[in-house]
Amino acid sequence: MDIHFTPEELAFRSEVRAFLEQNLPADIAGKVRLGRRLSKEDHQRWQKILNKQGWYAVNWPVEYGGTGWSVVQKHIFDEECAAAGAPRLVAFGVNMVAPVIIRFGTPAQKEFYLPRILSSEDWWCQGYSEPGAGSDLASLKTRAERDGDFYVVNGQKTWTTLGQHANRIFCLVRTDPAAKKQEGISFLLIDMDTPGITVRPIITLDGEHEVNEVFFDNVRVPVENLVGEENKGWTCAKYLLTHERTGQAGIGLSKAALAHLKDIASAETVAGRPLIDDPLFRARIAEVEMRLMAVEMSTLRILAATRDGGVPGAESSLLKIQGSEIRQAISGLMRKALGPNALPFLEPELEPDFGGEPLYRDYSASPASQYFNLRKLSIYGGSNEIQKNIIAKQVLEL
Amino acid sequence: MNFELNEEQQMLADTVERLVRNTYGFEQREGFYQSPQGYSPDFWRQLSELGITSVPIATDYEGFGGTGVENMLVMKELGRGLCLEPYLHSQVYAAGLIQQLGSLEQRQQILPSVASGEQLLAVADEEAGTHFHPEASECTAVPCERGWRLSGHKRVVIGGELAHTILVTARMSDGDGVSLFLLDPAAEGVSRTGYPCIDGPKACDLELSGVYVEADALIGPAGKAGPALAYQRGRALAAQCAEALGSMEEAFRLTLEYLKTRQQFGSPIGRFQALQHRMAEMRGELELARSMTILAACVADDPDSSERSRRLAAAKFVVARASELIAEQSIQLHGGIGMTWEYSLAHHAKRLVMLTHQFGDDDFHLGQYSALLELPRQASRQVA
Repeated sequence: MDIHFTPEELAFRSEVRAFLEQNLPADIAGKVRLGRRLSKEDHQRWQKILNKQGWYAVNWPVEYGGTGWSVVQKHIFDEECAAAGAPRLVAFGVNMVAPVIIRFGTPAQKEFYLPRILSSEDWWCQGYSEPGAGSDLASLKTRAERDGDFYVVNGQKTWTTLGQHANRIFCLVRTDPAAKKQEGISFLLIDMDTPGITVRPIITLDGEHEVNEVFFDNVRVPVENLVGEENKGWTCAKYLLTHERTGQAGIGLSKAALAHLKDIASAETVAGRPLIDDPLFRARIAEVEMRLMAVEMSTLRILAATRDGGVPGAESSLLKIQGSEIRQAISGLMRKALGPNALPFLEPELEPDFGGEPLYRDYSASPASQYFNLRKLSIYGGSNEIQKNIIAKQVLEL
Repeated sequence: MNFELNEEQQMLADTVERLVRNTYGFEQREGFYQSPQGYSPDFWRQLSELGITSVPIATDYEGFGGTGVENMLVMKELGRGLCLEPYLHSQVYAAGLIQQLGSLEQRQQILPSVASGEQLLAVADEEAGTHFHPEASECTAVPCERGWRLSGHKRVVIGGELAHTILVTARMSDGDGVSLFLLDPAAEGVSRTGYPCIDGPKACDLELSGVYVEADALIGPAGKAGPALAYQRGRALAAQCAEALGSMEEAFRLTLEYLKTRQQFGSPIGRFQALQHRMAEMRGELELARSMTILAACVADDPDSSERSRRLAAAKFVVARASELIAEQSIQLHGGIGMTWEYSLAHHAKRLVMLTHQFGDDDFHLGQYSALLELPRQASRQVA
């Protein structure tokens, strides 16, 4: 038993760190650290830098342009990226639809889509949730009816993250309304420029335009855009969700957020004394840091167990719950650290191109809105309650 | 990074597991508890014959030379069996103190008979006003001809009634740090009041009224036992986390089984989502406790450092919180039956809660960690 990384893994960590020091643009890292919004251009600039290094499609098999890294290396990479303030990668293309295309797609689909994902030419969004299909995803109603060499798609998707930037969407659609819930669903790739698609913004409680509604009105999609077999889309969906949950503990993100929290607590003063010297607040930080240490150890144990390429099972549900709770707890402390200074809602200071003088401090505009924004962590990717159902069923066999 | 046991470690774990399973059933345990000794001398003899009593002791003193990982493997099984023997306090904590502080002569004289299981040790480091802070001892050691005279009142010495030798903390003068002495509990001026603890093991109070000890009863430098006490408490709490883990695993297993069999409203109560989610939460805390027990075992024997102290404090904090949760919720999910003396679950719940009353509870370790909190300016970003 040994909790240390190998010399090779430590050397890898140094290599990643050196790369980030030289290549991560300071303006982007600054926005990430301060919790400002990122533009499409910010994301794409960083994706292209990673791709040039061959480090963008970390999770792909080597023959498609992946890195061939071990799970431990991937963990180290994620942790270093988060610590350096790199933007969290928008997963829909590179880490969600791409693994599905690689696993279930035709040679033509692979040849067409994968290079466009690598080059950032395509921006993908996810057409899963519907107004009536949230946690109960399989009750989705968006229809796709066959008409010659086309599917005609009608219906509505919602909570489509960054759909306003996307030129492509992968959708779960119902192709056999007579079949049982999971059995009549297919996985379709759709060009967002196709006539009949309308994207409408949903403004979330923090004032941000991050999610959208997407409407489909007689949208004609070529049949060659079907991934896998017709009516077998649920297999793709489940495969993708496994990928979505992996790494959702967000250890690196929590560590970076904790460091930022400590900075804020050191800078803020309460009755003339640094907040970090207040024993009660300090203990609250200590408590969440200790829990984070425990979740990190659990993550490392799972990584070591899946080092040879296995897919983590229901343990990832536990990590999703605990990791999201910790990130939410840190965001709560960050908001509390500001006291009354968390109240002003200064949207211009949150914008990617803000260059002016902050009303109070550079760190003070985002914590309250971040806190509200991060309520999403325990809702998306299978809500934490759904994760508990999974644990009860698959682990505890209740 | 590797979380596998080697062949020797697996064998050790299997040996203890088998022995506990075969000789420490719940009814047998109740018999040991009710017996005058309050434990099983026969079980202790078997531990000794199998070499288990020697595991934490260095090979120089006829021990097995085990690390925190071996201690973890033993303690986890003793925890699962709710064993009453003072293994943790004698073999890990007290022996560790002698190993760290004792002179070569003291070590050679005492440790081999501890390793073999013949001699039991205990540590008297708590008093009415110490509460996990042994350095705050108010017992006195007054120099006299060829030795010292010890006075004061020691509280809740676990295993103290059985111990052949007790390690006693005392202070030589007000401004001085704490010292550690070897005490023969049969010495004149020692009065022992024994009692069982609410979770089963026996303990005692010690009244010391000017007890004479010889000059060579002092272990380590006078007034400077504080750091060794802190270090060895770290080793002991790491092993104790494993004891709690074994007990938590068993309490969780019993509760899960109960949820699958107990019928109410026409179905097993485990079908109800409120209870399923509670179990999922407990399972999550159990997993964190397991992770931190492993971490504690891996760093228990590291050289003293803030990093080691932080990790050990975090381990005890996480394990203590999980222990309380699982103890309370296991009883709740069982309903009335979980509150009866005749069912082992209740005794696991008691053990789990009372373990948090030794070597510091969650609040104590929250304070320890908080005091050692690393701030960004001091932190050199850590590489493993």
